[in-house]
Amino acid sequence: MATTVKNKKTAPLGTADAMHIRPFSIRRVVKESFDTFSLELDPLSGEKGHKFAPGQFNMLYVYGVGEVPISISGDPTRHKTLTHTTREVGTVTRAMRNLKVGDTLGVRGPFGSSWPVEDAVGNDVVIVAGGIGLAPLRPVIYYILAHREKYGKVVLLYGTRTPEDILFRKDLEKWRSRFDLETLLTVDRATGAWKGNVGVVTTLIGRAPFDPLNCVAMVCGPEIMMRFTVLELQKRGVEEDKTFISMERNMKCGIGLCGHCQLGPTFVCKEGPVYCYRDLKDVFIKREM
Amino acid sequence: MKNLMIAIVERKDFQSLFDALKKKGYQISGPTLRDNAVIYDNISSVEDLPVGWTDKQDAGRYRLEKSDRASLFGYVLGPQSWKKFLYPAEHTFLNISRNGKRFEVGSAEEEQQPQAFIGVRPCELQALAIYDRVLGEGEFAATSYQLRRKKLFITAVNCIQPGGTCFCASMKTGPKATGGFDLALTEMFDSGRHYFLTEAGTKLGEEVLKQIPNREAGEKDILAAEEALRKASEKMGRRLDIKDIKEMMYRRFDDPHWEEISQRCMTCGNCTMVCPTCFCVNVEDTTSLDGREAQRLRKWDSCFTVDFSYIHGGSIRATTTSRYRQWMMHKLSYWQDQFGMLGCVGCGRCITWCPVGIDITEEAAYFRKEDK
Repeated sequence: MATTVKNKKTAPLGTADAMHIRPFSIRRVVKESFDTFSLELDPLSGEKGHKFAPGQFNMLYVYGVGEVPISISGDPTRHKTLTHTTREVGTVTRAMRNLKVGDTLGVRGPFGSSWPVEDAVGNDVVIVAGGIGLAPLRPVIYYILAHREKYGKVVLLYGTRTPEDILFRKDLEKWRSRFDLETLLTVDRATGAWKGNVGVVTTLIGRAPFDPLNCVAMVCGPEIMMRFTVLELQKRGVEEDKTFISMERNMKCGIGLCGHCQLGPTFVCKEGPVYCYRDLKDVFIKREM
Repeated sequence: MKNLMIAIVERKDFQSLFDALKKKGYQISGPTLRDNAVIYDNISSVEDLPVGWTDKQDAGRYRLEKSDRASLFGYVLGPQSWKKFLYPAEHTFLNISRNGKRFEVGSAEEEQQPQAFIGVRPCELQALAIYDRVLGEGEFAATSYQLRRKKLFITAVNCIQPGGTCFCASMKTGPKATGGFDLALTEMFDSGRHYFLTEAGTKLGEEVLKQIPNREAGEKDILAAEEALRKASEKMGRRLDIKDIKEMMYRRFDDPHWEEISQRCMTCGNCTMVCPTCFCVNVEDTTSLDGREAQRLRKWDSCFTVDFSYIHGGSIRATTTSRYRQWMMHKLSYWQDQFGMLGCVGCGRCITWCPVGIDITEEAAYFRKEDK
């Protein structure tokens, strides 16, 4: 069907209109776990790749179903392909799960703030992820490994509910075999043949090898996990202005116009999703803000 | 602005304003009567205005009454605000058509006929200034708003007769328009005479004024209008003390009084719909029955719904307490951090149209008392 979009007199928009969707083609679908999958996307509009900073997100549109904010989980140093990892939790992500290679997905973005990978140069880096919180942090790991000599010790602490929830297994196997990256895993509940750590991710912080006075911490996971992680990091002496967290809120626009993502004085889509803990600590502890 | 015209337009010549604007190609919108209320709609002549009507307003109460004089602007604000024209309640912004595995995306934004508003109150000028900041500026602006706003002609009307729920004087947004208009009128009655002191705020306004029969305003005329507006300031129905209000409200975040308000609040969202600065929207998707055409629509939304803050697993603001607090603290505190200005203009609509008469000025005063 070659129906052209029926416009009367279309106003000039150009790139200024951030509500405009760009179509991307699905190149590959990767099943990461029983409920989580990654999509690798190529732009259809002739643009060369999709530049982004680690921690930023895109609004992903499934034709006729809706749009959701999803963080970018791919490699920022190779931006020809755009990679998103998401869990099947709602109408749009369920529809996304049913898409096949060659199908089209709409993309707007990238939006929001990013992890301070540049400012962290010269420091140790502690990355703490809970569950799917590893997805927005994976670009950080790719970035640091691509510029490994610029950083001190680098530690990845990753916790999931069960061993079945562990994402990016191939990456983790590679990362664990490196001498310049300390990767520690833990699960809340050991199932099957799990022989590793059992317990919440905060239990790994005390024994992780890094210099608390010379380190940048980047934390992403459920809010309750981030809260206790920050407390544990503070116990070791990590400064709050060198601690960063990533927030999640309902978003309908991604550009600060719809109002849904407000978190007190800030818009998570604009000032966030990545915040310096120092700037957010007063609102972070407020329930239902 | 000093060099721009100030003139007297007699009541009998007022239709000329409509004619001059029409001649310039404007679609005119202004107050008119419908369903026992003053609403804003497209109008074409003086007769469409609520001539000789006034309104009585109080918390949860709005009644129209016949006035003892044939005033054109003898009422204050109805339930609607100008945002219905500039940022419509429902607006399609993308048309998407599917072709097999592919889809094509096209803008649904259209060039707009220039609009002229007649009867914009000073508090509403401030509401437009707020919308300009929120939607019209910054890295990402709302295209549809910009398309409508840039061609807008504004005829403001100063308020010589404030309403029962008005509190613009304490918000420093009225009752006199100080900027942001092309023309500003003060409706005057003086020993049988009925006329409008008409001030041009822009070159364009002056151009329009010159096409209307008028005579130059004397110092006496200007002083008479100023005196009327000074009196209006004193007759203001309500008051909201905005001194350090941002910090004051932040300190009351955990006040148990929010819980008390929530026992009255029905979370109907009326206050957000009538508010001239509330800007939150939802984005909805529709598809044609055959699935070949899809549209994306923007619709006014309200922070009083449970869905508003929903993320997987539940809503961030699940309780009425948190949702009322979000609305009021957004207006008085968060807005200042977000946009460097207050989110409330003192129009009083949220007080009038709240079905249970919750009064933002009263609640703010309560928090201030608690804060001492």
